[in-house]
Amino acid sequence: MHAQSNPRADVLIIGGGVIGLSIAWRAAQRGLRVDITDPHPGQGATHAAAGMLTPVTEVAYAEQELFLLGRESLSRYPSFAAELSQVTHLPTGYRQTGTLQVAYDHDDLAMLDELARLQESFGVALRQLTARECRDEEPMLDPAVRGGLLAADDGSVDPRLLATALLAAAESAGARVIRQRVAELLITGGRAGGALLEDGSELKADQTVLAAGWQSADIPGLPAGAAPPVRPVKGQILRLAPTAATGAGMLRRTVRGVVRGSSVYLVPRESGELIVGATQEELGPDTTVTAGGLWQLLRDARALIPGIAELALADAVAGLRPGTPDNAPLLGPAELPGLILATGHFRAGVLLTPVTADTVAGFLDTGLADPLWAAFSPGRFAAPSGRGRASVPSVQLAEEAGSCR
Amino acid sequence: MDDPFIIAGEAFSSRLIMGTGGAPSLDVLDRALAASGTELTTVAMRRVDPASTGSVLDLIAARGIKVLPNTAGCFTAAEAVRVARMARAALGTNWVKLEVIADEHTLLPDPVELLDAAEQLVADNFTVLPYTNDDPVLARRLEQVGCAAVMPLGAPIGSGLGIRNQHNIELIVESATVPVVLDAGIGTASDAAIAMELGCAAVLLATSVTRARDPELMAEAMRLAVASGRLAFLAGRVPRRRYARASSPPAG
Repeated sequence: MHAQSNPRADVLIIGGGVIGLSIAWRAAQRGLRVDITDPHPGQGATHAAAGMLTPVTEVAYAEQELFLLGRESLSRYPSFAAELSQVTHLPTGYRQTGTLQVAYDHDDLAMLDELARLQESFGVALRQLTARECRDEEPMLDPAVRGGLLAADDGSVDPRLLATALLAAAESAGARVIRQRVAELLITGGRAGGALLEDGSELKADQTVLAAGWQSADIPGLPAGAAPPVRPVKGQILRLAPTAATGAGMLRRTVRGVVRGSSVYLVPRESGELIVGATQEELGPDTTVTAGGLWQLLRDARALIPGIAELALADAVAGLRPGTPDNAPLLGPAELPGLILATGHFRAGVLLTPVTADTVAGFLDTGLADPLWAAFSPGRFAAPSGRGRASVPSVQLAEEAGSCR
Repeated sequence: MDDPFIIAGEAFSSRLIMGTGGAPSLDVLDRALAASGTELTTVAMRRVDPASTGSVLDLIAARGIKVLPNTAGCFTAAEAVRVARMARAALGTNWVKLEVIADEHTLLPDPVELLDAAEQLVADNFTVLPYTNDDPVLARRLEQVGCAAVMPLGAPIGSGLGIRNQHNIELIVESATVPVVLDAGIGTASDAAIAMELGCAAVLLATSVTRARDPELMAEAMRLAVASGRLAFLAGRVPRRRYARASSPPAG
C-alpha cells in the first residue's frame, strides 16, 4: 500500500504542452479537480512550434479526416483565444491574417496546382493568384515567384505565449500544476489510477490523460502493448528579429512556399519577428540544431523573401513532434481502462489545441466520446493493415536471417 | 516461372526494389511496400536513426524485407564511404546503394567521386550497388572496379520523366556482366515495363509510388509492370516493320 501524499484528483494529466495545459484548463472550468504534471511545462514540442493555423494548406492525400478536424479547430480559435486572454490578461499572439502559399519555379507551380486540386476535392477553393497578385499581397516576395494560393481565413498564434496563458488559466481555474516527471503510471485493479512521481509522491486520480507528446510511448508502467504508437519527428525552427535598419513588417501574413521541391514557411509575429520553419527529420530523440538544418531553412526562406538576410538571427531550436503512423492524433479512451489518450498530434498540435481540449474535457466530465473522434481512435492501428500480401517468399526469408536487422 | 533475380549471390523473386523517400506517412509507406511485393528496399542512412524504434527500418524489418542502406545526401567520396561504414555497423549488412550527388538541383551522380567511392568500398568488402549516370563507359568502369550491379538513371531523381536515353540503357545492358538496375526517373507503370523490356534485371523506384495520389495502388501497378516487362523481355518482341503483315495469312 502506497502512502497517499496528495488528495485524490478527478483527473491527472501527464504532459504540460499546449495539449495537456488546455485540457487542464477546460476540465477545471467544468468543475473537475485536475492535477497536471510536467517537469517543464510548455518546453517540449510547443516551444519549437511556429503556430501556423492553416489546415487548408496542410492537406495531404488520404488525410481528409485530419483536415476536417483541423478546420473545426480553426473555427474555434477566435473564441478560444479571446476567452483565454480575457481570463488571464495575457496575450496569445493569435492573429487572423491569412496564409499565402507560393511556388518558386515551374516544378513548384505544378505541385501547387496539384495541391489546389486536392483542396478542391476536399471542398475548399482557395483564390489562385498570379505572380503579380502574389507580390501585390506581399511586396517583399522575390520576383521569381510563379504564383500562389491565398487562404484568407487562416491564422497564427505564438505557441510560447499560448502555453504561458494556458498555464495561468489552468491554475486560476483550480488545476494544480506539478513540475515533476512521472516515474511510473499507477495501475490498480487493471485500471489506470494516476502516477508515481520521481520524488516518490503519488498522484491518484479517477481518470488519467496521457498528453506527453512523443514521450507518451515511454511512460514507465504502461502495460505491454498499451504504449501509443508515437515516435519523435525532429523539427528545427528559427526566429528572425527586425533591426533598426530593417524596421518591422516584412510580411503581412504567413507565407509558405515550395522552393525547388523543398518546403518552407515564414510566420510573422506582431512584434515584427519572423518564425522560419521547419525541418522534418526521423532521427530519434535528437534535438541538435544543425548547420545543415538552418542552412536549408535560410536558403529556401531567402529565395522567397530576399530581405530576410538583413534580419537578426534571434533564436534557433529543435523540437520533437509526436508522429503517428498515419500523421493523425490519438484521441479517446485507451485499451487500459481509466486512461485517455490525447497525443500524437504530429505537425498540428497547436492547431488542434482548442478541439482537443474541448472534446477531451467533455469526455472527462460526461464520459461521452465526441463524434469528432471517430477517425482518431487510439485503437485504429490494432487491426492488420494493408490489402497487399503480408508475407514474402520463403527463399528470401531464409537469406534474411543473417543480414537484416 | 522460376526466374529469380540474383544479385551478389542472393536470389529474390521480386525484381522491384523500392525506395522510401517522399511517403506522406509510415502507414501509407507500409501498405505501399506490401502492395509492391518488394523484397529489397533502400533507406537513406542520413535520414534515419537506426537506434530508435517505430522508424521506417522497423517497418521494413517487420515485413521481412531486406534493407539496402544508401548514401543519399553525400557529395564527396569521403562522405559516402563514411556513411556506408556507419550503415554497416548499425544494420549489420555490407550491402550499400552508393549515391554520390553532384548538386542539389539536379541530384545527378558525380561520376568522378562515385567511381572513387566505389573502389574504396569494394576494397573494404562492401557489396556496392552504385547509382550512376546512363553512361555506358562509366557503367563499365564501375563493373571493372568490382561493383555487384550497376544502377543507371532513367532520368533525374524524382523527375518522373521516364527513360530519356533508352539507347544508352540498351548499351549498358548489352555489355554488363553484372545486373543492371534502372534506378530513378520512373514516372508511371509503363516506364518500369520499358526498363524491363530493355533487359534491365530490376527497377528501383520511390517517388512515382510514394508521391502518387494512391501510393498503395501505384505500388501494385509497379509490381505488375515490372513482372510483365520481364516476361516480355524473356519472350522476345517481334521485329518492328514499316508495313502491315496479316496475322492470319490468306493462303497456305
